[in-house]
Amino acid sequence: MPTGENTVMMRAHATSGLDDTARDSGPTHREPLLDLFPETIFARLTHALADLAETARLWRLCWTLGWLDVKLRYRGSVLGPFWLTASTAVMVGAMSFLYTALFHTSVAGYMPFLSLSLVLWNFMASIVNEGATCFTAAEGMVRSIRLPFGLHAARCIIRNVLVLLHNVVVVVVVFAIFHVWPGNRLIWATPGMVLWLLDAVAACLLLGTLGARYRDIPPIIASLMQIFFFISPIIWKPDLIAKGHEWLQLNPFYALIEIVRRPLLGGHAGLHLWHLAAIDSAALWLAALLLFMRVRSRLAYWI
Amino acid sequence: MRGDRTQAGVEVRDLHVTFPLYHGSARTLRRTLGRMRSSRFEQDQQQRMVVQALRAVSFTLQPGDRLGLVGGNGAGKTTLLRALAGIYEPVAGRVTIRGEINALLDTNLGMNMELTGRENIGLRGMHAGLSPRRIRDIEKDVQNFAELGSFLEMPVRTYSSGMVIRLGFALATSIRPRVLLMDEWFLAGDTSFMLKAQGRLEQLVQQAEILVISTHMLDVVSAWCTRVLWLDQGMVRMQGTPAEVLPAYMADDQPSEPAETD
Repeated sequence: MPTGENTVMMRAHATSGLDDTARDSGPTHREPLLDLFPETIFARLTHALADLAETARLWRLCWTLGWLDVKLRYRGSVLGPFWLTASTAVMVGAMSFLYTALFHTSVAGYMPFLSLSLVLWNFMASIVNEGATCFTAAEGMVRSIRLPFGLHAARCIIRNVLVLLHNVVVVVVVFAIFHVWPGNRLIWATPGMVLWLLDAVAACLLLGTLGARYRDIPPIIASLMQIFFFISPIIWKPDLIAKGHEWLQLNPFYALIEIVRRPLLGGHAGLHLWHLAAIDSAALWLAALLLFMRVRSRLAYWI
Repeated sequence: MRGDRTQAGVEVRDLHVTFPLYHGSARTLRRTLGRMRSSRFEQDQQQRMVVQALRAVSFTLQPGDRLGLVGGNGAGKTTLLRALAGIYEPVAGRVTIRGEINALLDTNLGMNMELTGRENIGLRGMHAGLSPRRIRDIEKDVQNFAELGSFLEMPVRTYSSGMVIRLGFALATSIRPRVLLMDEWFLAGDTSFMLKAQGRLEQLVQQAEILVISTHMLDVVSAWCTRVLWLDQGMVRMQGTPAEVLPAYMADDQPSEPAETD
C-alpha cells in the first residue's frame, strides 16, 4: 500500500466531490483519502474545523435538506408552509387582545411589539429545542453515510430560517396596519441577525452533542425554554421592570433579543446590550467548540 | 484519465471498535453478562460498560479485490463496513481508504421515504458533492437501470421493497464509487434483478475497483468474491480465498452471539 502521505490529517471527505471540474484538473487534484485513527489533541481541533468547512462545501445539500423538511411537513395540505403563517397570525391576534386587556395598554402600542417578539422568540426557541435533537433525529443518515456533523446543524438552522421567513409575513402585516416602520433602522438589525445565525450554529453543535449523549437533555431543554419564555421580555416590555433591572442581564436571551428587536421597532440597541450579547455568544461558541472537538469522533457511536 | 490517479486501496491495521453502552441498563446487563461465556463485554477505565465490536482486525485490499465478509449475527460485519465507510472512527488502530467510497449499508440508504425517487436521487448526488449536470446524468442512468417508470415521481414509501432496493442499488452504483461497501440486504431482490445487479457489479470491479460485501449467502460469496474474511466475535477467525475459508466456515457450526452490535 502506498502511504506517501504521513500527515496526521483526515484528508477530504469519504465521498468527497470528484465532480467533472475536479476530475479534469488532473494530477494536481488530491486523491480522496480517508485516513482515520484515534485523534491527538491537535487533530481534534483541525478535524472539528474540517467538519465545519466540509459542511460549508455541502451548502447545496444543507439547503435542500432544510427546504425539504419544511415542504414535507406540509406536503398535501392546502395552505402548505403558509399554515405556519396562519397559526402565527392567530396566535399574535389572540395574545394581543388578551394582554392589552391584562396590561391595560393600547393595541396599537402593543401588537407590533408582540408580533415581532413572538416571531423572533419562536425562531430562537425552536433552534434551541430542535438543536438538541439535530444529531439524533438524523440517525438514519449518520449511520449510512459519512457526513460532516455540522451538516445536521445547518439543516436545522436553514429549516428554522425558512419557518421564520414565513412568520415574518405576520409581522409585516401588523406593522403595516399600525403604520410602524423601522425605516433606516432596519440596517441596524442586520449585525444582530448575523450574530444570531452564528450563535445558532454553536447552539446546535453544543446541544445536539449533549442531546446525543444524554437522552434526557432534549426534554429538559424543552421545559427550560418554557420558563425562559415567561422570564424573558417576550410578551412584556423590559421597561416594565422597575426594580432589579440588572437581574435581567443574567438572562442570555435578553440581550440577544434586544439587539435585533430594538432596531426593528425603531430604537437603538446600545453598546451595553451589544457587550452582553457578545459575551453570551463568545461563551456559547467556546463551550460548543470545546465539546464538539472533544467528542466529534464519538458522536456516531452514541446515535 | 484513471491512469493518472493512484490506485484505489483499503488498508486496515489493528482496528478496534468499542461501543459504549450508555443507554442500556448496566445492572441488568451485568447480570446477563455473568451468564455469558463471551468476553466481549468489559469495563473501560472509567467503569463504563463497553462492547468490543471489532478486535485487532487487519487486512489490505488492492484494486480488483472483492472481499466477502462472513460470520454469524453480531460477528461485527456491519460494524466493519461502517468503520470502512468512516462512520465509526477507530478507537485504536488505523483505517486508510484511497478513492471515493460508496456504502450501501441501510435498506433505506438514508433515503427519505416521504420524498420522491427523483428527489432522493438529487439528494444522494449532492451527498457525493456532484454538480447539477452530473446529477441529471445520474437521474437518467438510475431511471434506466431501476425501471421505476412513473414511480420516480412518487414518494419512495409507495414503492415495493424490490423497487426500493433497485433504486438504492442503481443509485449507489451509478455514482461509480471506486470502493463499494455493501451489506447483504440488497440480495433480497428478485432473480432477474440479481442477474442485472451482478452484471453491473462485474463492470465496477473490472474497472479495478474494490468491493467489500457482507453476507450470509455463501453461494454469493463463492460466485462474486476473490477473498473472504471470516469474522467471529469481532475478531478475524480466518482470511484467504473462498476455496480456503468457506469449507472451514461451513464445517464450523457457526457460533453466533445473540447481541447484534448495531
